[in-house]
Amino acid sequence: MKKDKKGTLHQRVNRLGWGFVLLSIVSIGVFVFYPMIQSFITSFKSGMGNNLEFNGLDNYKRLLTDQNFRIALKNTLIYLVVQVPIMLLLALVISVMLNSTKLKFRGLFRVAIFLPSITSLVAYSTIFKSLFTNDGLMNKLLLSVGLISEQINWLADPFWAKITIIIAITWRWTGYNMIFYLAALQNIDTQVYEAAELDGANAIQKFFNITVPLLKPIILFTSITSTIGTLQLFDEVVNITGGGPANATMTLSQYIYNLSFMYTPNFGYAATVSYTIVVLVVGLSLIQLKYGGDKREEN
Amino acid sequence: MRKIKKPLMYLFLIVASFVSIFPFIWMMISSTNKSVEVTRGSLTLGSNLLVNYRNLVSNTNFWQVFGNSAFVAIITTVLGIIASSLAGYGFELYRSKSRDRVFSIILMSMMVPFAALMIPLYRLISQMGLINNYLAIILPGISTAFLIFFFRQNSKMFPKEIIEAARIDGLGEVRIFFSIYMPVMKSAYSAAGIITFMSTWNNFLWPLIVLQSPNKMTLPILISSLGSAYTPDFGVIMLSIVISTLPTGVLFFLMQKNFVQGMLGSVK
Repeated sequence: MKKDKKGTLHQRVNRLGWGFVLLSIVSIGVFVFYPMIQSFITSFKSGMGNNLEFNGLDNYKRLLTDQNFRIALKNTLIYLVVQVPIMLLLALVISVMLNSTKLKFRGLFRVAIFLPSITSLVAYSTIFKSLFTNDGLMNKLLLSVGLISEQINWLADPFWAKITIIIAITWRWTGYNMIFYLAALQNIDTQVYEAAELDGANAIQKFFNITVPLLKPIILFTSITSTIGTLQLFDEVVNITGGGPANATMTLSQYIYNLSFMYTPNFGYAATVSYTIVVLVVGLSLIQLKYGGDKREEN
Repeated sequence: MRKIKKPLMYLFLIVASFVSIFPFIWMMISSTNKSVEVTRGSLTLGSNLLVNYRNLVSNTNFWQVFGNSAFVAIITTVLGIIASSLAGYGFELYRSKSRDRVFSIILMSMMVPFAALMIPLYRLISQMGLINNYLAIILPGISTAFLIFFFRQNSKMFPKEIIEAARIDGLGEVRIFFSIYMPVMKSAYSAAGIITFMSTWNNFLWPLIVLQSPNKMTLPILISSLGSAYTPDFGVIMLSIVISTLPTGVLFFLMQKNFVQGMLGSVK
């Protein structure tokens, strides 16, 4: 009798467990996993609009010779390699400073530096566009302090346009990443630092020998999320430079968007390009997990 | 050594704070200026605010678009935090091997780039007849791996004795969730609420694809189209940015404490 009752209670609890999670499983299944598989199948098809037919590996062959794809891939990787490390290091340094209990106005600094995170990507991109015009404030400022001798053509020069976008993204996301580090720093026992100080460690030694190793899991988390974010860069480029001059700032996401909705729609080839992002995300995440993660499971 | 370092640290933080805040000051000043003054980098308050406002509301259906954005963001946020917290709670408090496996599959969906979903999702939504319908934005936003993960992490801190006690008192499992769990987890809910509201309010690419008629569009689409005009009027654009940033700004300042607490819960 007793066993029976336990059995049914167990079943009841198990059913309830599924009940709680069902809606989310269905939703993520339909809106993430189903499209994900569809996208893979579509990447082997070609045709205009919705009239798609299988064409084997043709799309993938086309990738190899597609000049625009090469440019978009190169640009995306430049943003990734230059911007993500600068931003994460900056966020880490700021969060270590803000974690010191002796610091005055901590709350104020924290709010100020986090504030960019509340803006919409379109809004801040447009603000940056207005700051980086030829006669704009940025040039005016740099000229007046003598850092440059003539106006920089921020938005129409292939090199400076990329720099503008990198500056903008760094402005928007540094504070966001800082919050994660701040939260993790509060879990570090201050005694560790006190012990290191007794051993005569200076601030830089403490940073690299204590803070960075202890924050490794969260640094890994932020570097993976930032990598995924940068590989999908779209809003900023569209709204600051529109991808120009002459595709010099165009990203993979923008190229996919153009292939699907701006040029004659070619969903098949666009899906093929989108799968290169999947491969990059998975590949780069695995590399980061391998070199950044340790075997110790995080709770 | 110490004496030099401290002022340097303050200097660094002050510069970082100033750089972070400056674009906000800039957009407010610029919203009172003419377009030429903005592109020339004028830092003085102008007298064009009312003209900019009149141009904004007469050349665009700004307040309708504002309403659209508010409607979509509020509905998505409410549904999203309810569905995701149900799942996070379910995965944590009714643990089983098979559900843990499902959970790790769901986590994998965080790695899926939206660019790879965009096209099939667009075709799915158009097959469902939901182009130009807000359900096209609301439905995919109901559950995200990030929010489920967030609520599961936060549920780890939820005192399980309360649940046992409530069961003994004869409360049903669903009642326990709504009348005990939800009020206790207030700060997690507000953090998740802010995150979801902001991401929906600020979302650009997906609404751009599925909302094609001008009277359905949301604020980011409107701002983007104003900015990409052949001769953009930056005074008007800045005013529209100021107004569209206000709700997220107010929300953030009202819920700042809860927000940081909620984030802490997700990292622990």
